[in-house]
Amino acid sequence: MLEVLADSFPQLLEGLKFTIGLTILSLILGSLLGLLLAVGRSYGKPPLSSFILIYEKVFRGIPLLVIFFLIFFGLSQLGLGLDPITAAVLGLGLRSAAYQAQIYRSAINSIPKGQMTAALSLGMPKLKSVRYIILPQVLRLSIPGWSNELTIVLKDTSIAFSIGVIELMRQGRYVYVRDPDLILPVLLIIALIYFILVISASKGLNYLEKKYKMAGFEVGVER
Amino acid sequence: MHMLEVKDVHKSYGDLEVLKGISFTMEKGETKVIIGTSGTGKSTLLRCINQLDSPDKGKVWLDGEEITNPATDINKIRQKIGFVFQEFNLFNHLTALRNVSIGLEKVKGMDKEKAQERAMAELTRVGLKEQVQQYPAQLSGGQKQRVGIARALAMDPMVILFDEPTSALDPELIGDVLDVMKTLAGEISMLVVTHEMGFARNVANEIIFMEGGIIVESGPPKQMFQHPEKARTKEFLGKISTLYGKE
Ligand SMILES: Nc1ncnc2c1ncn2[C@@H]1O[C@H](COP(=O)(O)OP(=O)(O)OP(=O)(O)O)[C@@H](O)[C@H]1O
Ligand SMILES: [Mg+2]
Repeated sequence: MLEVLADSFPQLLEGLKFTIGLTILSLILGSLLGLLLAVGRSYGKPPLSSFILIYEKVFRGIPLLVIFFLIFFGLSQLGLGLDPITAAVLGLGLRSAAYQAQIYRSAINSIPKGQMTAALSLGMPKLKSVRYIILPQVLRLSIPGWSNELTIVLKDTSIAFSIGVIELMRQGRYVYVRDPDLILPVLLIIALIYFILVISASKGLNYLEKKYKMAGFEVGVER
Repeated sequence: MHMLEVKDVHKSYGDLEVLKGISFTMEKGETKVIIGTSGTGKSTLLRCINQLDSPDKGKVWLDGEEITNPATDINKIRQKIGFVFQEFNLFNHLTALRNVSIGLEKVKGMDKEKAQERAMAELTRVGLKEQVQQYPAQLSGGQKQRVGIARALAMDPMVILFDEPTSALDPELIGDVLDVMKTLAGEISMLVVTHEMGFARNVANEIIFMEGGIIVESGPPKQMFQHPEKARTKEFLGKISTLYGKE
């Protein structure tokens, strides 16, 4: 049995590539969109900020599986057929954006108003003030929340299995369908792989957080 | 033409009329001190000058340009009006040096090296040569405020507005900041809200006493302290001198 397991390992690694790829692409989409949503909701005028609020509520209120099915099967019925990977990145990314927007927004809210006032007083236009004064602080404050979001997205790529993305879970399934005796060991191996990924990602981000803390930023919580 | 002219400025927040017609002028190199009880609109007046708040009525001119005109480029104007805050408002994620250089780089478009050179010079001027690489959280209150002053100075403003620059400081740190401000007097125009009567008496060309949203009385320190016209001025100055020391 060990031999068969060893033989199937390359196949799992092939799936792992897709798991990691999905995670990275979804996080890029989620981070960029999430940041835009947060800035729009904090600094935008009423119609924009209410739209963003609705977006956040909708994407946080629907199970990921339903989002996947809507994007993959639903859109294809409307004539917009997406390949499974694109659909999965969209689903994970759009949902993550809704959660990340909250992370960034609470970071924005925790930045004293005086930071913006001081930037404006130098004659810095509002957009530049956000870019050079607010954003760098927001990003530092967001590292812990973002790190948590990363692990959620990473784990939830497994749900892309359901719309036919050949990621780690599905490769595992191919293995144990061929040889049903392997079902438990293969699943344990998959669980271990996710576990190791999540732990090392958190460790890495923890290091980043510490490193930027050392820069003196959070030495004093006062303004 | 005056360097700064404030004419009949009114400002309300909802039903509360904070400024009820403020007018005064300032010339190049002058230092004016504004005093008045808490909540009387001193901060509001400063904010109406650099347009962080826009007056409901009245006008402000800087160097002959009407800055309350909606058509003026407010970001251009603010470069010429420095602002020093009671709460310092240093940029938390930047070193002292970068706090001072960032405006030069991102607003004035100076290249990074030139900007840092200039920032270094301004920080040396306020006595912080050794602290340039420190972050705000690593500085004392007095040091933070001096960085705040250097940040304003670096932009080469026509006037610097100070809103109670020493009120948030421990008493033993106030002197350092006031000393720096004294060295600036005459070189750069300063409009200072403060209750430091020693500074007002020795440095100001004029003291403006505000109460209830209007200027009750203004004049040179000597006149204000020795022969105030209004009884209210005398009363206020008496009270504040006992509170903050006569010097
Ligand atoms: N943004 C605002 N919205 C509503 N009310 C405000 C606002 N800013 C100031 N006020 C009110 O206007 C009045 C004047 O405030 P201001 O801060 O100008 O007074 P001040 O003379 O600077 O007082 P202090 O000595 O306490 O700093 C206060 O009653 C204050 O509550
Ligand atoms: Mg005030």
